[in-house]
Amino acid sequence: MNAASMTVAEARIEWDRPDRGRIGMLSLIAAEAAIFTIFVVAYLFYVGKSLAGPLPKDVLSAPIFYTICLLSSSLTIHLATKSLRQGSVQRFGSLWLATIALGATFLYGTATEWHRLIYHDGLTISTNLFGTTYYSLVGLHGFHVVAGLLALSIVMVFTLLGDLRPEHAERVDVLSLYWHFVDGVWIVVFTVVYVIGR
Amino acid sequence: MAAFADAASPLSPTNIFAPASTPAKSIFELSLFVLAVTGAIFLVVFTLLFYSIVRFRKRANDDGREPPQVYGSNQVELAWTIIPILIVVALFMATARVIAVVQGTPPPSTAIEVTAIGHQFWWEYHYPALGIVTANELHVPVSDPAHPSPTFIKLLSADTDHSFWVPRLGGKTDLIPNHPNRMWIDPQQTGVYLGQCAQYCGTQHAKMLLRIYVQSKEDFDRWIQQQRQPAFVDDAVSQGQRIFETTACINCHTVSGTVADGRFGPDLTHLMSRDTIAAGAALNTPDNLRRWILNPNAIKPGSLMPAMESNDQELDALTAYLETLR
Amino acid sequence: MSTDALALPRTEPASRPVVASLHEWVTTVDHKRLGILYMMYAMVFLLIAGIEATVIRIQLIRPYNDFVSPQVFNRLFTMHGTTMIFFVVMPFLFGFANYLIPLMLGARDMAFPRLNAFSFWMTAFGGLLLYFSLVGANGLYGAGNAPDVGWFAYAPLTSRTFSVGHSTDFWTLALLVSGFGSIGTAINIVATVLCMRCPGMTLAKMPLFAWLNLVMAGLVILCISPLTAAQIMLVVDRYLGGHFFDTQAGGSAVIWMHFFWVFGHPEVYVLVLPAFAFVSEIIPVFSRKPIFGYSVMVGATVAIGFISMSVWAHHMFTVGMSSAANNFFVISTMAIAVPTGIKIFNWLATMWGGKIEFKTPMLFCIAFLFQFLIAGLTGIMQGAAPFDWHLGSSYFVVAHFHYVIVGGIVFALFAAFYYWFPKMSGKTYSETLGRLHFWLFIIGFHLTFDFMHIPGLLGMPRRIYTYEPGRGWDTWNFIVTIGVFFQAAGILVFLGNLAWSYFRGTAAGSDPWDAWTLEWSTNSPPPAYNFASIPVVKSRRPLWDLKHPADPDWNYE
Repeated sequence: MNAASMTVAEARIEWDRPDRGRIGMLSLIAAEAAIFTIFVVAYLFYVGKSLAGPLPKDVLSAPIFYTICLLSSSLTIHLATKSLRQGSVQRFGSLWLATIALGATFLYGTATEWHRLIYHDGLTISTNLFGTTYYSLVGLHGFHVVAGLLALSIVMVFTLLGDLRPEHAERVDVLSLYWHFVDGVWIVVFTVVYVIGR
Repeated sequence: MAAFADAASPLSPTNIFAPASTPAKSIFELSLFVLAVTGAIFLVVFTLLFYSIVRFRKRANDDGREPPQVYGSNQVELAWTIIPILIVVALFMATARVIAVVQGTPPPSTAIEVTAIGHQFWWEYHYPALGIVTANELHVPVSDPAHPSPTFIKLLSADTDHSFWVPRLGGKTDLIPNHPNRMWIDPQQTGVYLGQCAQYCGTQHAKMLLRIYVQSKEDFDRWIQQQRQPAFVDDAVSQGQRIFETTACINCHTVSGTVADGRFGPDLTHLMSRDTIAAGAALNTPDNLRRWILNPNAIKPGSLMPAMESNDQELDALTAYLETLR
Repeated sequence: MSTDALALPRTEPASRPVVASLHEWVTTVDHKRLGILYMMYAMVFLLIAGIEATVIRIQLIRPYNDFVSPQVFNRLFTMHGTTMIFFVVMPFLFGFANYLIPLMLGARDMAFPRLNAFSFWMTAFGGLLLYFSLVGANGLYGAGNAPDVGWFAYAPLTSRTFSVGHSTDFWTLALLVSGFGSIGTAINIVATVLCMRCPGMTLAKMPLFAWLNLVMAGLVILCISPLTAAQIMLVVDRYLGGHFFDTQAGGSAVIWMHFFWVFGHPEVYVLVLPAFAFVSEIIPVFSRKPIFGYSVMVGATVAIGFISMSVWAHHMFTVGMSSAANNFFVISTMAIAVPTGIKIFNWLATMWGGKIEFKTPMLFCIAFLFQFLIAGLTGIMQGAAPFDWHLGSSYFVVAHFHYVIVGGIVFALFAAFYYWFPKMSGKTYSETLGRLHFWLFIIGFHLTFDFMHIPGLLGMPRRIYTYEPGRGWDTWNFIVTIGVFFQAAGILVFLGNLAWSYFRGTAAGSDPWDAWTLEWSTNSPPPAYNFASIPVVKSRRPLWDLKHPADPDWNYE
């Protein structure tokens, strides 16, 4: 048997391997999860250790509405991908747009919360340990939301130009993994900052 | 004063295998056990390696056939998994015992308490119960194993990380800001023990030397009495004292009983009771003292003491004054 | 018995203008070319970091030497360590991984060729950024210049208070940037190994080289990120007034150590696992036997990967952790010795009963076994925490980790260079020069790093620009420095051999070593598309099966 000349069909073997886009994205998510873990550990380590300044219980109020927006966007993105797989690009487009809108609303919520904290409560990244760890952790998450929205917007542009087709469903699904990760991280951050840390 | 306690260690005054204190002795015994085990492992594996490259080398008269292709053996794998696990367990148990001895021993009532504060690039010492502040040369009483009088040292830092390492008396422990540590020694032989800072702390990390003077009970008591005195006053050097007190010197240095109460640099009240200056970087002679005051960077480049820009006459007067601080 | 019957006809490309060739290399996404770019890049930095080491050793040849000032010395050891780890060893290993993994798996390229190129250029830029500090870091009063905070940059030495100017920022940003490159490469390796194997090559049938690089990539993904996180925190402290490591504001210097070593310890396994990969491929070929205990080797590798993430605070035994914490890290550190020892035994068992040929790659592998054994044993010594209260932060630990990195990893790298040079260049190297390199280098290595243990045992701490006479350290430091020149000579012979053989060596053929993995089934050097058609395999040694049709491996595996 000459290994170089036999084709897969001739060899008569089943040969299934996972999709490399999916594996690549899951690996990226693992790396990002490791970064977030360190920031979460730093946050938890410094709970209650600030020497002075505004404390969490004085200034934090849980952003319930904006959290619901962000977590709902996981649902809309899931439905969007499902629609695309079923062949409906129109439905995909509206659900995708809804996802972007919900994500943007969440960012708006973060922005208003930070505005209040900085100008009304006097909490900045250099005020005390709470300020440093809070803005770093929430900011790192926000940064990933921005990156995600950028990627989602690019897909939106392709959809509006009519270039997106049902055979792209797999790739879009891989991108949605990133978005689900961002939402998952928010659940952790929310718990650590607004529940445990307060 | 400068007797080396090195009768037991001709190789080096900082030899970790010449312990003179209980923590160092416990570590020494553990190290012998660990060396024996690792030495035995080395001999066995090296013999196997050497044997295999001799016995199984391709001979000149080789017949060109491949040797028997062996893929593995479960029994052999099991054997060389189980045996190392047993060795690891033994090593861990020996180690845990020494950790408990060194870290877990509480101070007896006869212990001397010292607070050591690490600075870039010198050591500050307080004896809170005895009311003494000094720098760079630590004095402790010798400890009789029958009636131990160990010294317990609390380790703090004023700036970056440092590490206190006097090998013959104990392992090293770090001085980290906002993270107080504790260590103890009970030297059983009088003499001078040497060491140095062992955690990179900046430019002059290399010359942050340690000198521990282990003294008999009488000598130690005498030293305490002397250190408790306020600064010696001598009218003959009043000019130098005036220069000292009206220049930037008092911003950093303390001379007790005078207006000088700076904290950034070593306490100079009993400067002349020390054998060295600049944390061991130079011997305490009038010449060296003068050179140091003129330009610290000439002796210890990167030291944080600024050059005083004094003229010759001021320098002579200053040095004469400092030479009276016994 | 070579497989030249399978070799494809060679066509020489017409000669082209230099600019066109350069452009091709700069824009390439071919894994083989990127592999070579990584290696060339690493060689340049090897020379630079080697010169840094030589200057360090000249300064330490005798007490109170004044060859360089303390400020320059402190920059030298910082740059030497940082350069060697991030811009020499890692690029060499990534270069080999990139070159060989698709070939060994029967694939045409890595899973993400453009990500591959991006990762290389990020790493390359990081190295340039680090060295730009020499000209660019001058802040206030000329403070700055190359970073001088040590390669692990402990807080609070790295705060604005104690590190004025921008030198620390160049360290931080250079590693941040190259960290992204490393993570990109790791993602590529994981995706390639899991998704691009040729038909028939199940995970249990792929070469150990692929397994070891897969676990290495997993470690990079999980453990470079903590360093990235810590560096972001450092930048926040230095530029946004943050207090992550600000002890005056209640912050912790120890937490930097934790974050750094959570990265730093797995990092040394990132460095050593590919070295294990080389040795696992080379020893069987020159012993004429398959690797002993393939499944156990895979299991041990995975075990090492997991355990390596739980030992980090053995770098912090002197920091003042509780005895419970110290005990935990003693156990985990000693535990990792078990799978590592298993590997050494399996390599020995591979040689046992074989017919060993002492070609240059095998010479370096045998030295690797000897030296890695010793390095592992000095590691165990330091795993006994109280012993480490002496040995840590002393020249003993400097000797230990150089024993691992030079005596282990660099020797394995040399073995790999000689073994795969014929495949990558199509030429044969000079065996005589190879041996000369080996003997010069091994003599120099042992002069330097054997005797370096002794000053550590006699109380000499690390990172000191000079030392006191009368501590018993003088003679040993002298001998250590002499060894450097032998090693330098060895490396020059090595580079000369590679260069001369590339231009004047005889043609090597596709399978000069009579080996068994897929890279030897194609041309030397392989064509851009690697294989004329994607192979189908039935065992771990596809070429053994072809050469021994009456007795193929799949009957025994």
